[in-house]
Amino acid sequence: MDSITPKSIFDQRRELIKAAAAGSFGLSLASWFSREAFAMAPEKLTATANPLYSSKGDVTPYKSATTYNNFYEFGTDKTDPASYASSLQTRPWTITIDGLVKKPQTLDIDALLKLAPMEERIYRMRCVEGWSMVIPWDGYSLSKLLSKVEPLGSAKYVEFISLADSKQMPGVKSSIIEWPYREGLRLDEAMNPLTLLTFGMYGELLPKQNGAPVRIVVPWKYGFKSAKSIIKIRLTEEMPKTSWNMFDAHEYGFYSNVNPTVDHPRWSQATERRIGDAKGVFAPKIKTEMFNGYGDQVASMYSGMDLKKYY
Amino acid sequence: MKMLLFLFALLPLGRLVWLGMNDGLGANPIEFITRSTGTWALVLLCITLTMTPLRLITGSTFWIKQRRMLGLFCFFYASLHFLIWLALDQGFDLDAMLHDVVKRPFITMGFLSYLLLVPLALTSNHWAQKKLGRRWALLHRLIYFIAGTVILHYWWHKVGKNDVNIVEIYATILALLLLCRIPSIKTKIQSLFR
Repeated sequence: MDSITPKSIFDQRRELIKAAAAGSFGLSLASWFSREAFAMAPEKLTATANPLYSSKGDVTPYKSATTYNNFYEFGTDKTDPASYASSLQTRPWTITIDGLVKKPQTLDIDALLKLAPMEERIYRMRCVEGWSMVIPWDGYSLSKLLSKVEPLGSAKYVEFISLADSKQMPGVKSSIIEWPYREGLRLDEAMNPLTLLTFGMYGELLPKQNGAPVRIVVPWKYGFKSAKSIIKIRLTEEMPKTSWNMFDAHEYGFYSNVNPTVDHPRWSQATERRIGDAKGVFAPKIKTEMFNGYGDQVASMYSGMDLKKYY
Repeated sequence: MKMLLFLFALLPLGRLVWLGMNDGLGANPIEFITRSTGTWALVLLCITLTMTPLRLITGSTFWIKQRRMLGLFCFFYASLHFLIWLALDQGFDLDAMLHDVVKRPFITMGFLSYLLLVPLALTSNHWAQKKLGRRWALLHRLIYFIAGTVILHYWWHKVGKNDVNIVEIYATILALLLLCRIPSIKTKIQSLFR
C-alpha cells in the first residue's frame, strides 16, 4: 500500500476490485468452482421446546440458514456474513437499556442468558425480498427483559441499536446505510409474547452471521425488523427512526408486517420462495400468509388501523 | 479459434451445471442461476461491443468475424435468464407476468431489453443480412439502446438496497464502448493506432 492512499480509500478500492472479480471476471477458477460453506465450532445451548411453536416438519437446513443471510455489517452478498463474520467479538458483550424506564441498566451477556428460562421456538421467517425459512430459535420473550427495567407510562416505542464497529465488521466501512443499524417496535409489539430475545438457533449459540450473541426475532414482520447483534435498547415516546425506513420510507415502512395484500413497490409480496423447500429446487413458490400466519396472536394489535397506509 | 471461443462462452453454463450437481448453488439456487445468467448475458454484451474498438485499434477484421457468435451467446444467456424468471418466478402465469412487467420498472426494462434482442438474434444470419441490406446495420444499432435499458434494469434492481457499485462498473464499461462509436472519436482511435 502506498503512503499517499488513505487506508479507507484503499479498502474501498479493494472492495471494488473484489466486487468486480466476483461479478464476472474471476480469475481464480478454483475458488470460483467451489463455494464452500463456512465451518464453525458451535457451542450448545439448552432450551425447552415450547409446544406452541414446535412443528419440526419443515425446518430449513442448518446450512442454508447459516450461509444465506442479510447482515450488511459484513457485506451485501448473502454469503458475505458467513464468510466474514468470524471477526466479530461476541464476548465480552453488554446491552444497555435506558430511556423511559424506571431502572435503566447495562446487562452482561451472561446475565442475559440467565434472566429467564430458555425456550426453543420454531418460527417462520419471511424476508421482505420474497423468500422465507423456518428456524428453531432459542431465547425468551423480550417482555421478560422489559418488565425487569419497568417501562414508564410515557414509553410508547422500543428502539434497538446494533453494533457498528468497522474493526470487526468490514461492511460498516461502506456507506450503504447509515450506521449503526437501528430498528424499532411499538411497545405493545415489543411486549407481545411472540417477540423473542434470541441467543441461539438449532440448539446452539447463535452463529455470528445470524446476529450473535443476542438479537431480536419478530416473526410476523419482515426479517429486517429483527435486529441482530444488539448493544442498546431504548424506550421512547416518539416513533424511533429505523434504518431501512430512513433509507427509503416509500419501500420500507415502520410497521413492515408481513402482508400479502400490500406489494413492495418493486415486487409482489403475495408469494414467497421457501429456502430449502423439501419439494426440491424447482418447487413452486408458496402463498404468503397475513402476519406470516401469526394473526391469532398479533392481529388485535392493529385493529382499526389501515395496514395499506401503515405498511 | 472460433471453436475455442465457443467453448469459452459455454463455460458459465458448464459451471452452473457443475455447481448444480455438486450442491454448490447455495441456499437459493433459483436466485443464483437467475443472477448468474443475467450477469453473463451482460458480460457477453460488453464483449460483443468490444469487437469494434478492437478492430479500430488493431486494424484486423478478425474481431468482427467473432461478433455474431458472441452476440448470439449474449442472447442465449439472456434467454435462460428470461425463461428462468418466466418458469420459476412467475410459474408460466402470463397474467402475473404482465402484471409484473407493467408494475415494476426494473422488470419492464428487463422485458423490453429481451424483446428488443429477439429481432437482432433472428436477423443475425447471412441471409437476413443480405436481404435487409443497408437496413440491417441500422436495425442492429438497436444494441446501443439495449445497452441502456439493460443497465437501467440492473440499476433499478440493485438500487433498492443501495448496492450499485457493480452496476456502476458495468455502466462505465458500456458507456466507454458506446463512446467508441461516435465518428470523431472513432477516427481519433484509428489515427492513434495507425
